[in-house]
Amino acid sequence: MLQKDDIISKLKETFASAILAVEDPDGIATFTIASESIIPVTQFLREQLGFNFLTDLCGIHYPDQELPLGVIYHLHNFQENVRVRLKAFVPGENPSIATATDLFPAANWMERETFDFYGIIFEGHPNLKRILNVEYMDYYPMRKEYPLEDPTRHDKEDQFFGR
Amino acid sequence: MEPNKYSAETEAIIKNYTTLNLGPTHPATHGIFQNILTMDGEIVVDAEQTVGYIHRAFEKIAERRTWYQITTLTDRLNYCSSPINNIGYQLAVEKLFGVETNKRIDYMRVIIMELARIADHLICNSVIGVDTGALTGFLYVMQEREKIYDIFEDICGARLTTNIGRLGGFERDFAPETIQKIKDFIKGYPKVLAEFEKLLMRNRIFMDRTIKVGPISAERATAYGFSGPNLRAAGVDYDVRVSTPYSSYNDFDFIIPTGTQGDTYDRFCVREAEMWESLKIIKQAVDNLPEGKPYVDVPEIVLPPKEEVYSKMEPLIWHFKVVMGEVNTPVGEVYSAVEGGNGELGFYIVSDGGRTPYRLHFRRPCFIYYQAYPEMIRGGMLSDAIITMSSMNIIAGELDA
Amino acid sequence: MTTYTKVAPPEGFSAPGLFATSFEKVLGLARSYSIWPLPFATSCCGIEFMATVASHYDLGRFGAERLSYSPRQADLLMVMGTIAKKMAPVVQQVYEQMAEPRWVMAVGACASSGGIFDTYSVLQGIDRIVPVDVYVPGCPPRPEQILDGFMKVQELVKNESLRKRYSPEYREMLERFSITPITPAGQH
Ligand code: SF4
Repeated sequence: MLQKDDIISKLKETFASAILAVEDPDGIATFTIASESIIPVTQFLREQLGFNFLTDLCGIHYPDQELPLGVIYHLHNFQENVRVRLKAFVPGENPSIATATDLFPAANWMERETFDFYGIIFEGHPNLKRILNVEYMDYYPMRKEYPLEDPTRHDKEDQFFGR
Repeated sequence: MEPNKYSAETEAIIKNYTTLNLGPTHPATHGIFQNILTMDGEIVVDAEQTVGYIHRAFEKIAERRTWYQITTLTDRLNYCSSPINNIGYQLAVEKLFGVETNKRIDYMRVIIMELARIADHLICNSVIGVDTGALTGFLYVMQEREKIYDIFEDICGARLTTNIGRLGGFERDFAPETIQKIKDFIKGYPKVLAEFEKLLMRNRIFMDRTIKVGPISAERATAYGFSGPNLRAAGVDYDVRVSTPYSSYNDFDFIIPTGTQGDTYDRFCVREAEMWESLKIIKQAVDNLPEGKPYVDVPEIVLPPKEEVYSKMEPLIWHFKVVMGEVNTPVGEVYSAVEGGNGELGFYIVSDGGRTPYRLHFRRPCFIYYQAYPEMIRGGMLSDAIITMSSMNIIAGELDA
Repeated sequence: MTTYTKVAPPEGFSAPGLFATSFEKVLGLARSYSIWPLPFATSCCGIEFMATVASHYDLGRFGAERLSYSPRQADLLMVMGTIAKKMAPVVQQVYEQMAEPRWVMAVGACASSGGIFDTYSVLQGIDRIVPVDVYVPGCPPRPEQILDGFMKVQELVKNESLRKRYSPEYREMLERFSITPITPAGQH
């Protein structure tokens, strides 16, 4: 059986310098990885430890951090039934990170979605363009500074409470 | 002819490929997505997909709504089985708050989720029938789906966008009539399902149209992030209900049906078998429904009863606090998944202790496995492409968030 | 025993072997019981529409048995579900492709006003791009409500003047949506 601690120790052994933090918030081992080593780490997890299923990939935005934009990966090992979570943070100016599409074809659209929402460039992605929003959109709507509401609507405006 | 005699462009001209635009409002595609197909006669050479035609910005809305208000949004993800989405989200928030529910709540949830699974698979399978030319089955089983909707209506007042239950349980218990309705459904449904199976499963035309159509191997399916019935049809026995049991699923006796080929016929059969298993689960849950309160005793997330809100001070304050999101929310992050109609429906919540989630990401199974569609239809006929799409059960709401 | 009510004849003059009424009324009557709807179902409301056409509620009882997926042959555009900004040009194009006379029904809160999705990506009601005749509220509306909305459309169809689609007001209205009118101008 592959235990959480084994994964942590094995990863620490192999990638001592790339692992910036290890947490366990909800029973899933969570690693914060330097963004340039994300692919070697994922590859190691996939090939050596059997994490062959990319459950999820999504972005996150912390405007106050030094590296505000993040990419979060959830990997799953079916045989041993364990999950890991990887996080990598990138700068707000020209955010870019290597693509995982070579390892997991499933990452293709999830990366496009993350690009669409947060503007994170995935280097080496075969077809990186907007997926859900209209192509002429000129901002990245999920970043915290952009409003949710439709800008053309005036009937909901309120003098005291805004919208 | 020797290979590589012509350049690629010349070859395309010689072969005379045509481009065919399928969608976004094509009657044969059940939902709104566009495929630009390159066709060699009737054979699909390649497909280019465009999605996002009903992108509704769920994840952005979720960052502006209190924990309570988000259940309504989850309804609209996979609207064929909204209760699973609702309960999945509630389970994720309960995990964040560290709330344990009692067995009665768990069993009630299991009953609802399995009913929703039946409704979901019923639509998908009958639509495969429609696409192969058998409208009868569709009209016949819709009647049964109405019965499931009746039960939902009894429980929560809505048919489709149910918003069923609350964080921490249910607002009220099942009425005796509801339980009776569920029992009637368990009794009447096998006959209908068996007849529906008789119509299609060993039907020569149906088999010819679906076997070896749109196949995918187990390796490719895993690599593409398939989950749910589509992955199981390819032969991987992964089911969230078993691998990470939630809501007391480990109390029940059921099997995970799998296929071998990963083609349309296998997907159909896996869904059929799953409906039988769901029936089994519902039966066990109704028969052994434990006693208990239908909600947990955690004032942070459970709304107090209405009579008390109107007559007492303390419940009124709590009601206000819960509705306005003024309770103490734990800081942290959770990933919690349930087995939705289409596969692993995950909720990834990051909370900073505020009244709303800092980030809520939905892992939408449709969105992830729909990218394999070109690979699955390449080399097949156009009409097979349509059947493959309906057998994958692509739900536009879930696809586009 | 089920009792059947026949469709009431329009107002007119009747004598043995003879019935006289205006052409407009006969045409309205005929049209209203043979509407071919174009179901433009995008999301959740579309699933309720499926229930509406299926055996339990049966839209066919109102003469709308034949769903027309081709806009050219359709009389009634039923928009059901959220219309995102990416989808808006498609809706307008479908409307433009329909032949006169044409009616539009917005089914559900999303199609009527954007519904709960007051967001950057959702069109806030289809009446921003095409003229709407009947709005059906609800999220989703129950099949009964959709049927009720359909009967309202029938009412409109029945009482419509034959000259309406040629009138300058109608043309003006279409031009406000930047849709080119397809009826020839100045014919009455
Ligand atoms: S009105 Fe409600 S049910 Fe209809 S499409 Fe919009 S969200 Fe879905």
